[in-house]
Formats: sequence, C-alpha cells, structure tokens
Amino acid sequence: MFDNLKIVWHQGKQFIPDVTTEQVPGIFRGRPIITNEKVDEEAFVELCPTKAIGSSSICIDLGKCTFCGECAVQFPNKIKFTTDYKLSTNIRERLVIYEGNDKPIEVDPTTVRKEIHRIFGHSLKLRQVSAGGDNSCEWELTASNNVQFDMSRFGIDFVASPRHADGIVITGPITQNMAEPLERCYNAIPEPKIIILAGTDAISGGIFADSAAIDRSFLSKYHIDLYIAGNPVHPLTIINGILDFTRKKR
Amino acid sequence: MNYLEMYNNQTVSINDIPKLKYVEFMESNLQLLKNKPERHCVNYFGVKNENNITVYCCIADDNKHQLYISSSILASDATLSSLTAQNHNFEKFEREIHENFGIAYFDHPWLKPFRFSHNRSDKNISIADYPFYSTESEELHEVGVGPIHAGIIEPGHFRFICNGEQILHLEIQLGYQHRGVEQLFLHKTKLLERATLAENIAGDTTVGHTTTFSNLWESLCDFTPDHSLQFSRTLALELERIAIHTGDLAAICADIAYQLGNSVYGRLRTPIVNFFQEWGGNRFAKGLIRPGKINFPFTPELAQRLSDIFIAYERDFNEMSEQFFSLPSVLSRLEKTGIVTSDEALEIGMVGIAARSSGLVRDIRYSHPNNLYIKSFMHKPKIKIQGDVFSRVKLREEEIHQSIFYCKKLLENIPEFKKPENIPFSPGSNKFTLALTEGWRGEICHCAITDENGNLKNYKIKDPSHHNWMALAQSVRNNEISDFPVCNKSFNLSYCGHDL
Repeated sequence: MFDNLKIVWHQGKQFIPDVTTEQVPGIFRGRPIITNEKVDEEAFVELCPTKAIGSSSICIDLGKCTFCGECAVQFPNKIKFTTDYKLSTNIRERLVIYEGNDKPIEVDPTTVRKEIHRIFGHSLKLRQVSAGGDNSCEWELTASNNVQFDMSRFGIDFVASPRHADGIVITGPITQNMAEPLERCYNAIPEPKIIILAGTDAISGGIFADSAAIDRSFLSKYHIDLYIAGNPVHPLTIINGILDFTRKKR
Repeated sequence: MNYLEMYNNQTVSINDIPKLKYVEFMESNLQLLKNKPERHCVNYFGVKNENNITVYCCIADDNKHQLYISSSILASDATLSSLTAQNHNFEKFEREIHENFGIAYFDHPWLKPFRFSHNRSDKNISIADYPFYSTESEELHEVGVGPIHAGIIEPGHFRFICNGEQILHLEIQLGYQHRGVEQLFLHKTKLLERATLAENIAGDTTVGHTTTFSNLWESLCDFTPDHSLQFSRTLALELERIAIHTGDLAAICADIAYQLGNSVYGRLRTPIVNFFQEWGGNRFAKGLIRPGKINFPFTPELAQRLSDIFIAYERDFNEMSEQFFSLPSVLSRLEKTGIVTSDEALEIGMVGIAARSSGLVRDIRYSHPNNLYIKSFMHKPKIKIQGDVFSRVKLREEEIHQSIFYCKKLLENIPEFKKPENIPFSPGSNKFTLALTEGWRGEICHCAITDENGNLKNYKIKDPSHHNWMALAQSVRNNEISDFPVCNKSFNLSYCGHDL
C-alpha cells in the first residue's frame, strides 16, 4: 500500500484546472482563418481531399475538413490553422468559416431545446456508438475522461446501456451494416434525448462521404443537437462543446 | 519456378508472376508452408478481370527475407478444393475470396460470410443472418455480446457457448465497420485522397498504414525517399508503438479493476500523443506521413523536447511498472489466462506482438526491414513463450523500453529536412508492389496492381487483426467468461482494420 501511495504522491496533480482556458501544446490544428489574399482559387479548392473548401465565396467547412493541413502548407498566406480547439456548435452552418472571418465557433443557446439546460445541465449520461469510426475519435472520447481532462467532474459520463443514457454520441460515417444497430440503440434511449456527432466522419462522412458502403439515412430522420468537429475530436473540444451546449445560459 | 521471388517494397512486372493451374498453385503454396515455421501467408486475394478472377498468393520467408508470389486464373463460377482444408493460414483469405467473387470451396471447414462487404457476390444474405455455430444442449447456454459493446469501442458481435461460467467456444462476427476502403482507393485518384484514406484505415495505426502506403507508392512510382523521410517514418512508428502500448496497459488495468495503474498509464500516454501534436499538429499523427514529402520537419528543438519527455516518462513508467508487475492480485488475473500455444499460433498464422507472446519470431522490422530498421539499429524482437495474457502485457512493457531506446538512437543523428514539394508521381504500368510494415499491432500488408495505363487496378489492404481475431477466439476457450475482457484487451485488435 505504501508503494501505491508513493506513486500517487509522485504523480502530483494531473488534472487540468480550467478546461475552458487551457492552452494546447505545439501546433494543434484548430479553427482556421482564411485571409482576403488573392490566390489561384481553382487550385485552392481543388486541393482539398474531402471537398471542404467552397468556391463561390471562399470558405472551409469544418464538418468536412480532415484537418490534414495541406491547404495551409501550400497556401500559407491564404489560410492558417489557429490553436483554438473550440470547434463545437449546435448549428451546422457555424462550422463553415468564411474568408476574413475570425470569430469563435459557439453554441447558440437560443436555439437549444428549452428542456436541455434544466434536465441535463448538471448531469449527462451518454451512450457511445461507433458506426464505422476508425478508433481515433473513440480513443479521444475515452481520453476525455482520463485523470487529466476528467470530464466526469462535470457530471458527464459514458454509460454501458442505452437505457441508462440521456443521449448518443456517434462516431464514424455510419456504415450500412451499422445502420440498424444504431437506430435500435437510439430507440432504446428514454426521452428526452440528444444526438451528438463527434468527428468529421460522423458529421459529413469525411473521406467516405461518397462510399457505396455507408448509409446515413438515420441522420436525416432525427434532429442533431451538437456537432463536435475534429479528426479526431480533441478532448478539450468535446468537453467544451458539451458544457456549452448543456449549461450556456440564454 | 512456381513463384516469383521478391523483397519487401519491391515493384515487379505483373507478367513476371507465374500463372499456375489451380492444382499446381495449391500444391506449390501448401508445399512452401509445410513444416516451415519461418514462413506464413501475408496476403492471398482475388482480382476481378472481365470474365474471370486472378488470385495472388504472397508467402513471406522470414529467414531469407524474401516473398514468394504466385497466381492462378479461376473461372467466376468455379468450385474448388480449398487450401484451408490443409493449412489454416488461409482460412480468412479464402472466406474473403468466396464472399467477394462467389468462388465455391467444397472442402473449406468454415466457409462463412467474412465482412458482408457492400460489393459481395451474394446480396441475399445480410449481416443480421450470420450463421453462428450453435449447439443443442440443456446444460450449455449461449451469450451474445454486441454489435455495440458496453465501453467506447468499435462494434462487432461475439457469441459464446458456455458451460456455467466456463467458455467452451467463441465465435466472432465482424463486418459492422465496413466502409469500402479498398474500393475507394480505386475511385479516388488524387494522391492526397488516397493518403487520407490510408490514415483512416485504422485510426489507432495511422502511422503504420500511412507508412505502408507511402513506401508502396514510392516504390510503385520509382521514387527513392531521402533519409529525412525514412527517419520520420521510423521515429513515428516507434512513437506510435509507445503511445498505444501505454494506453493498452491502462486499459488492462481498468479491466482488472486496478485503478491506480489505469490512471497512471492512462495519463502517461498523453505526453507521447501530445508530442505528435507538437511535431505535426495532430495527436494521432494524421497528416504527418505522406508519400514523397513531409510537411512538418523534425527540428533539433523537437528532439530536445522528446528527450525531455522521455526522461519524465521513464521515471513514472518504471515506478508504475515495477509495482504493477509485482502485485499478486494483478499477476493472478494475468498469468495462465487466455493461453495461445505456439503450435496454435503457427496454425492460425498469427502475427505481431500476439505472435511474439506465443513464441513465434514474427516481426517485419527484423525479417523484412524497411525504412531505417537495420540502417540505424539492428532490431532484435523480444519473445515470450507462455502465450498467456501476462506475456502479451509484459511484452508491451518491454517493447516500450525497446522503442524508447530506438527513438533515442534515432535522435542522435537528425537529418536535414528539405522544404516539402509535390512530386509528380506516376505509377508504372502493369506493376505489382507489396509493402510490409511492422505496426504496433503487427504486420501490415498493402498490395497494389496497376493496369497497362498505370492506373490502380487493385489495392489490397491487410491489417494484422485479419490474422489475429481467430487467436482471440482460441485463447478464451476453457477460461471463465469474466476473463474475456482482459483477454480481448491483451490482443486489442482492430475492427475497422479488419472490415475495411
């Protein structure tokens, strides 16, 4: 037992005191900024592997972006990725960043269903379903509950059964073979319930968007409550997104 | 000669691969493997032609560091004798050929659906109709788990047949994660699209799969990567191994309810993945490894950072591991649990860390080295012989030490990095390339075939999980069902890597 205590002592305090203001190390690719600089538009748009860059008015859709950073390497004066990891919103259009726009991505509390704040504001139990996810978002969802990010300090946990859950977190582009299990899992969750899409693959299908092996009809049937962008989603993006969604005052 | 001899990452003309009659093809490949523990099948797959199907079989010889490639042309409606009936190495491969092309095998012992791919030949059967092995008994009961599991993991269905608490049989049904990766490789023609696909094959093995793809693509396009690219790939492969092995140790601790180990190993993974972020902007090294270039040069400052990280990591890791591997309550859960004997491992054709835990010397870094393995250091695989959960867990701890040693060795000599530039790659026509890489989980194999215009005709991916799922099913026999999670975690296999 003393050996265990010694280890605990040596570990010290590992948790991040304030997850809303923490700085991430290094060159994390978070919310991008597109400048008004003139570039070869066609080449800029054509470069993106997932067609995330739009052309009519230059923009980048973080729901489609794989955050590979190739555009920032080839057009360093046109686009650069900041370390702003707050990439979650309840409004899909807010994930589209336009030329010259340097505003944070936020949850709009006025469009969040009324009961969310009251019912889930202090405790939220989630069921995770990987529907073709590549196991990177899954690792990060797990990491958001490790001793450093410690999401459960806010009463947010992942549970084993949909019957115990208040909502579902979907990762992956949703394969044909997972379409039915996903729907059954969702139906097993008691009302009221929420749907969260975590990661590029879940939000838009990502690089798999035009694969014949995926079936995204589930998403058109139900209201999506929260989009968490990233490839994979960063634990701080997850925690801040869920906190803003359930606790931000109107 | 019944086969073509080639080396890892070599490109050959497709016409140089001998085309044998099926009977000879079968005989030759079975003979190659007979009583040769140093050989195993790394890939066996079919390619659809206009009227028929060509199958390619790739056997690796670890002692001679060679690969033996042979092929055979089959009629689309053929009914054949299976290789699996005589050697179980081919079991999954033949099921895949059967599912994709409708080739029938009259003596295959386990000819069941493989992954229910969207382009399967028989669309009448769906994933809900999988024919599980079952038994009529008043004493035995069945336990079904999945496809959605209790934790935050990928989907797959496990069906146990138990006598009380004891598992008699486990059957694993996969396919839920099938995204059509191999077909997308042909549809998407831009290099960046394909590199993105490669990094999404299995997100926990981003470096492993992107390195394999990059090595393959460069060989196919006759491009020689410079020292800085080789350096980056080797270093990233070893860092990925450290990160995931550490995370696996945390997960093992969680499964045996050792909270302290779970917390400490769990948090020790963070500095390693954060280092990937400092180097390339992504905790899983997505965007880091690309054919022909690297967008993120490795600077001396980064080297200093990594050295500092290792000092702090090793201090805590050693203290934790010393405690973990001496606790009787830990050892009693891990030792003699989930045993795969070396005979079984050989029969299954196991690869990677799981094979090395069962006494097989299978390690691509040693047998078919690529990148800087050999050039910068001689890799000698660490081997355990017991084949139980303890061996697989202990080997992870030892491999972490080994990988840190290799990383430090690499840091002694940091190459000059060039400004990234886009190489105009053009693949040769009528070529065959095979690339093997030792990812943290085991041997990754990619094969590419081009047509007469140099376009990709076929892209075949094999994750190490392809071989090892059967080993998991074997390992839990006669164990208590409560030990299944710890057995499962000790393999930590990929669902999406298998389902593609």
